[in-house]
Parts: sequence; structure tokens; C-alpha cells
Amino acid sequence: MEITLSIIIVFMILGAIYALNAKDLLSALISCGIVGYGLVICFLLLQAPDLAIVQIVVETITLVIMVAVVLSSSREELKEKAVVTVDGVSYIHQRYLINVILVVVFALFLLYFFKESIYTLNHLGEHVTRMSTAYIDKAAQQTGSANLVTGVVFDFRGYDTLGEATILFTAVIGILTILRAKGRK
Amino acid sequence: MTPIVKKVTQLVVGLIFLYGIYIITHGHLTPGGGFAGGAVIAGSFILLVLAYGSDVLKLRKREEGSSVVESTGIFIFLALAFGALFIGTGIFFTNYLPKGVIGELVSAGTIPLYNIAVGIEVAAALFTIFLALVIYKEEVLK
Amino acid sequence: MITYLLCFVLFLVGLFGVLTKRNIIKIVIGLMIMELSLFLFFALIGYVDSGVAPIIVKNMGKVKFVDPLPQAIVLTAIVIGLATNAMLMAIAIRLYKKYNTFDIRKINSLKG
Repeated sequence: MEITLSIIIVFMILGAIYALNAKDLLSALISCGIVGYGLVICFLLLQAPDLAIVQIVVETITLVIMVAVVLSSSREELKEKAVVTVDGVSYIHQRYLINVILVVVFALFLLYFFKESIYTLNHLGEHVTRMSTAYIDKAAQQTGSANLVTGVVFDFRGYDTLGEATILFTAVIGILTILRAKGRK
Repeated sequence: MTPIVKKVTQLVVGLIFLYGIYIITHGHLTPGGGFAGGAVIAGSFILLVLAYGSDVLKLRKREEGSSVVESTGIFIFLALAFGALFIGTGIFFTNYLPKGVIGELVSAGTIPLYNIAVGIEVAAALFTIFLALVIYKEEVLK
Repeated sequence: MITYLLCFVLFLVGLFGVLTKRNIIKIVIGLMIMELSLFLFFALIGYVDSGVAPIIVKNMGKVKFVDPLPQAIVLTAIVIGLATNAMLMAIAIRLYKKYNTFDIRKINSLKG
């Protein structure tokens, strides 16, 4: 199981690296679909069918919206210079150097905290969170639903669902406000 | 769009809508629930608009209809949550209807009703986002 | 352990896209990759060896279930991610209408 998951995640990483360095914006969006649909296969291997259904439909809708926006404006990607030639001697461009140093500093900083937290996790498949046995034993009796994930989402953690409905409503109001034509006088 | 796309859409859109309703109402028995079913129903409407174009379907120039449906969905959700204060025990947002036998269609208290309310709200919200960003942005980009 | 490390590398690829790219669409793509890596990390934590999906079927013996709590957390987060990306695209449409480019270094006039 670990080997299969590792191969799929390596494909996702390659797709993500190409998506950020593509010359054409439409190719970059299609490569972003590789990451999303690879995640659906990972969810199915990790025995989570609810998440797979939601992720595949939401990824399709996101790609349709972004392709429509990109096709109606501009498709070109701006070029970055990596090596500059002055008087026959070539230097590395200043912005490119600052970018690389910034990313390396951030990566080392985050790697230190990642190492600290990974020591508390066991191997894949052996980690047990503290509430899992309590939820699995009592969820069917106390909520009455056969699907344990629905029982947890709507009964034990109901306030999270209320907050999510509020966020979706607020996002729709925000989009309609941003795209309004000139207001009334 | 070509006639093949239009004909296949005509045959398939009703089946996708029915599949979305099945995922919503059986949310407490099989994998799925409110969010997955709402997204599938929004997908069926988006397919219809993409295949036929917005002027053939005679869409009006504002998104009033889908906004009203979304507000209705979240209003039903809040009405059910406040019903727990008045009808059942005196605590806000509990599961107060009788829980039947595990595995029947009518069981699990208020969970199927919450599923339907969230499904309506998510479907209308995603369709409003699609209309505002893809169809009606010409009014902004003129 | 190696799957957790690869998940972290995917997060770093997304962070590289947000920090160093000049095009607004590439910044939004980088943010999407960061969100997807976090969903994968949550689903990996909840996995139990030889466990099945957490649904109760009639006449089932004693089986081991996968942990349902991280799945409930990720289910809400996916839809919220879609709302955030749609709002960023609305801002990008507005910026393109006013400045006629997607380059963030040319969008620097303060007045209105």
C-alpha cells in the first residue's frame, strides 16, 4: 500500500512542477488537473468514498471556471530572465537569485518543524487518534445512521457544518459584489 | 456546440439529476451526503448551460432565481436548528426526532432533513458562482 | 514515513509557486496545490491497516473501521477551497479589466 501511494504522489509532484513552469496558461491549467484527479485515486485507496465523490466534481467545476476566465483574457505567460550578459561576462540575474534563496530559507525553516512533529506519528496505518475508538463505538447507537461519516458531520460536529454553510453563502455574496457594474447613483 | 453534444446532453441530463437526488436522500445509508449530492446536481445544470448556450435557454440578465433558491436552502437549515429549541429538549441544534431502526430509509432523526437542506444550498451556490463568473462577466469586461 | 515526506514536498512545490511567480493565475494554481497536499495529509493520518470504509452493513462480522474524524474535517474543507478559489478568480477578472495584464509588477497605481 505504501509503495502504490508513493508512486501516485510522485506523479502528482511531477505534474505540479510542470504546471508552475509551463509557457502557456492553458497547459498549466490542464496540468493542475493531474494533481486533482490523482488525489481522487489516493482517496479511493485510503477507503474514503465520500471524499472521492466530492473531490472529483469540485475539481471539474474549478477547472471549467478557470479555463473560461483564461480563454477570454490573455493566454501568454511572461518570460523571466535567468542569465544576463553584460560586456561579454554573464551574471545570474538578481531577482532570480533572490527567489531561489528565499525558497531555500523557507524550506529549511519548515523542515525543522516538520521533523519535530513527525516523531510523534507512527508508521502509515498504525496511528490511532484519541477520539476514534469513542466515535466508532457510539456513533451508530447515538445518532442512528449507518454511515458513520454523515453521523459525525451532522450530529457530533454539527457546528462545523453550520460554519461551512455560512462561508459558502458569504463567498457568493462577495463574488456578486465584486463583479457588479457601476453602482446606482 | 455540435449536434452530437446537444443530443447526448438531452439524453443524459435527466439521469444525472436523478443520481444527485439519490445521493442526497440516501446520505445516511451509503457514501455521499449533502455536499456530494449538491455538487452533482450543480454539475448537471452547468452541463445544460454549456451545451446549449445562454441565449437559447433565454437566461435573464441577473442571477435572481438561483440566489433565492440558495437563501431558501439555508433558511430551512436554520429553521430546523431553531426547532430543537422549541419542540424537543431546550438545547439548540440537537437531534430531536425519533431515531428508528438502523438501516431503514426513514431513520436517524433530523439527519435526512439536514442533508436535503444542505444539498439545495450547495447546488444553488455553485450554480450562482458559475453564472456570475462565466456567463455574465461580459457585462464587466465590456 | 515516506508518504508523509512526499506530501511535504508537494506542499513546498505549491509554496514555491505562490512566492516567486509573477502571473496571478500561477499564484492561484500554487494555492490550489497547497490545499490539495493538506487534504492528502489528513486522509493519510486516518488510515488503519486492512480497514474498510466506515459504513455499517447488515450481517457484518467484526471488522476494523478506518477513522471517520479526519474524513469529516476534509469533507467541509474541500467545498470551502472551491469558494476561496472562485473569489480569487473574480478579483483577477476585475484586475484584468482595469490594467489589461495579469502581471503583478505592473499593478501598482494607488488611485482608483
